[in-house]
Amino acid sequence: MKSKRLGIWLALIVEVVLLTILTSSFGGGNFFESTFLNWSNISQVIRALSFIAIMAVGQSLVIITAGIDLSVGSILGLSGVVTAVLMNNGFDVASSAILGLVVGSLCGLANGLLITETKLPPFIATLGMMSIARGLAFALTGGETIRNLPAEFLTLGQGTILSIPIPIIIMAIFAFVVGYFLKATKWGRYVYAIGGNEEASHFSGVNVARMKILVYTLCGFAAGIAGVLFTARFGVGQSTAGLGYELDVIAAAVIGGISLSGGRGTILGAIIGSLLMGILRNGLVLLNVSAYWQQVAIGLVILLAVILDRKTKR
Amino acid sequence: MIPLLQMQNIRKQYPGVLALSDVSFDLRGGEVHCLVGENGAGKSTLMKVLSGAIKKDGGSILIDRKEVDFHSPADSQRVGIGMIYQEFKLVPELTVAENILLGNEPTKGKSPFVDYPKMHEISRNALAQLGEEIPTTAVVSSLSVAQRQIVEIAKAISKKVRILAMDEPSAALTENELKNLFTVIRRLKAEDVGIIYISHRLEEIFEIGDRLTVLRDGKFIHSCNVAESDRRSLVRWMVGRELEQEYPKVELQRGDEILRVESINSKLLDNINLTVHRGEIVGLAGLVGAGRSELARIIFSADPKEGGSIYLNRKEIHPHSPREAIDLGIGLLTEDRNKYGLIMQMNVRENISLSNLRDVVKGLFINRTKENSVADKFTNELRIKTPSIDQEVENLSGGNRQKVVLARWLFTKSKLLIFDEPTVGIDVGVKYEIYNLINQLAKDGIGVIVISSDLPELLGISDRIAVMWEGKLTGILSRAEATQEKVMTLATGGTVEVSNV
Repeated sequence: MKSKRLGIWLALIVEVVLLTILTSSFGGGNFFESTFLNWSNISQVIRALSFIAIMAVGQSLVIITAGIDLSVGSILGLSGVVTAVLMNNGFDVASSAILGLVVGSLCGLANGLLITETKLPPFIATLGMMSIARGLAFALTGGETIRNLPAEFLTLGQGTILSIPIPIIIMAIFAFVVGYFLKATKWGRYVYAIGGNEEASHFSGVNVARMKILVYTLCGFAAGIAGVLFTARFGVGQSTAGLGYELDVIAAAVIGGISLSGGRGTILGAIIGSLLMGILRNGLVLLNVSAYWQQVAIGLVILLAVILDRKTKR
Repeated sequence: MIPLLQMQNIRKQYPGVLALSDVSFDLRGGEVHCLVGENGAGKSTLMKVLSGAIKKDGGSILIDRKEVDFHSPADSQRVGIGMIYQEFKLVPELTVAENILLGNEPTKGKSPFVDYPKMHEISRNALAQLGEEIPTTAVVSSLSVAQRQIVEIAKAISKKVRILAMDEPSAALTENELKNLFTVIRRLKAEDVGIIYISHRLEEIFEIGDRLTVLRDGKFIHSCNVAESDRRSLVRWMVGRELEQEYPKVELQRGDEILRVESINSKLLDNINLTVHRGEIVGLAGLVGAGRSELARIIFSADPKEGGSIYLNRKEIHPHSPREAIDLGIGLLTEDRNKYGLIMQMNVRENISLSNLRDVVKGLFINRTKENSVADKFTNELRIKTPSIDQEVENLSGGNRQKVVLARWLFTKSKLLIFDEPTVGIDVGVKYEIYNLINQLAKDGIGVIVISSDLPELLGISDRIAVMWEGKLTGILSRAEATQEKVMTLATGGTVEVSNV
């Protein structure tokens, strides 16, 4: 389950170096200046990708069990809208945010129960949830954008601690905790075992159903965090928030070396995968590449990164 | 006589290992040439070289004294080489006829449309040649393992083979099905087909083989007529040393009752009663489908029972999952270690500790020092051949994989261990080690149930043999009174005079 992932690190370094060079102007007062490699740009880029990265952490767990969760984008939208609606109806910031997370977790729990109790394939179960959660988000707002959220709530998405944006701090803590648990607890071991061989895990005494429910719930919880932060970042509750994000999230995990057939991958990999994608997007903007060609470039990078990773593995 | 096939000084180098070093092998038309050796001896590699599935690094292959060079299995098929692999290469969702002619479909004239009537006709003929009546419209997933084996052979011979290589064709077959297979082989021999036969069951070699070649560690060891060899020398060539006896048996005073099942019923089982004592090895005999594995899975709570009770240490227990059964002290070493036993992409250490992680955790987290020492201990005790405990098990040979699963169950400290086909596909040397290990478990006061389709093995290691037939327990024989004949009579629904054991 451990393999040296040099390829993905290499890709990230090449990307950063290349963008730094392409966006730099030498001479002048400082030794060099780059519109890419400066703290303000970097912190903005990472804050922008932190939503994807947080969800990629949850998604990684699901994919390592050989599952998939297509509903994370919709859960992001629903959790954000729930939080916003509650605040506009007189709930305080803390309980609104917590209830947003609870709704996300409940969606994940529903996914887990559908997959373990009715034996639906994860693809189908979460495809259903993708539509249900998005529909609920629209129904809850009537499609209206929810504005006038309390300032202290907005700090969660826009504020900084020691000049580091709060979403980045939350992403780092969440990724570290989940990553460490995955690596060092028996539950983490069971996640890999289930993805490696579900039957054998069952016969070895792993409670497969319980672990799967836990993993999908955690994935929903992660999407909930992303939803709350996303709403705070942009200051509005929107039922279209996170539309199509599931594909970015899955792409980030896969670029990060998480095997879609299960049993392999690390949280660190998923974070690097998210960085790779987010930084590329920013770089293309800085280089004035048109939005259409950005899509093409991102597609190519996904393919390249995965090919490179396969070649350098072992 | 002109050899049909000559493989000369074949060499195959894998990173770090020389899988074949200057191996030579030849085959005449109309003979069965057995290829013998332990796991990892290079038999399958040699066959893959012959089929063109892998490239050789040296040596030459001659057919009718003309050198050939295969780049893919399609090349070797074109000159009439058929392969039946250890794992079936059938598509379960397709029909028998579609499988037999996969990649070889007859079409209507030059159009791309498949000529189904013709396809079924060719398939029927191929099956008839084997003396088998399997409906060609049946979907392969609905067939029994033995029938799939027959389809696999039909697929090979539908292409007019001159050379047919069979890698462990008997692994999943019962006694009767094996007889049918041998009839098929004799028929092919009569048609001058050269047959390469690989099997771990030595008795089969003496029954069907004409010549044999022994490989060990990728090297050619010996080649002779089967009639000029005996079991003892064969084992010596394979293992490279003398084995004192094939089935070491330690006579033990049996202890108190450890497991008792009463009136167990399920879809496949009919009123099973069985008792196992401490320090006792109970063999469970029967044909495939008799319900032996089902009984094991019910005791282990992997499948639900529809009635009856289970007592452990004379106390009734009600486990609802394998986890609960393990916690109560019951372990099941499943059949088919690759499918139901191992997590392939996990390493040796992780596979060993999987069922008993609570013994290596400290608080919430796994204590790596402790886990390493557990893995080191079992790797040494069971002599698991692996470069390190961090090696992924998919890189180990069959016997070593089985030892990893064994280690897992030893580490759970079970009071009752059930072994389902523990020695399938494992070579003689490792089999011997496994028997010794089972003896040691009995000596330590553990109750052991062994399920095996290898009758001599079961007779050799068991204190008592319980025989099943169509979901019923048809008799229990003591070690003293058990013979192959009596067990087979009970296993096919007959009755035998038995003492009350």
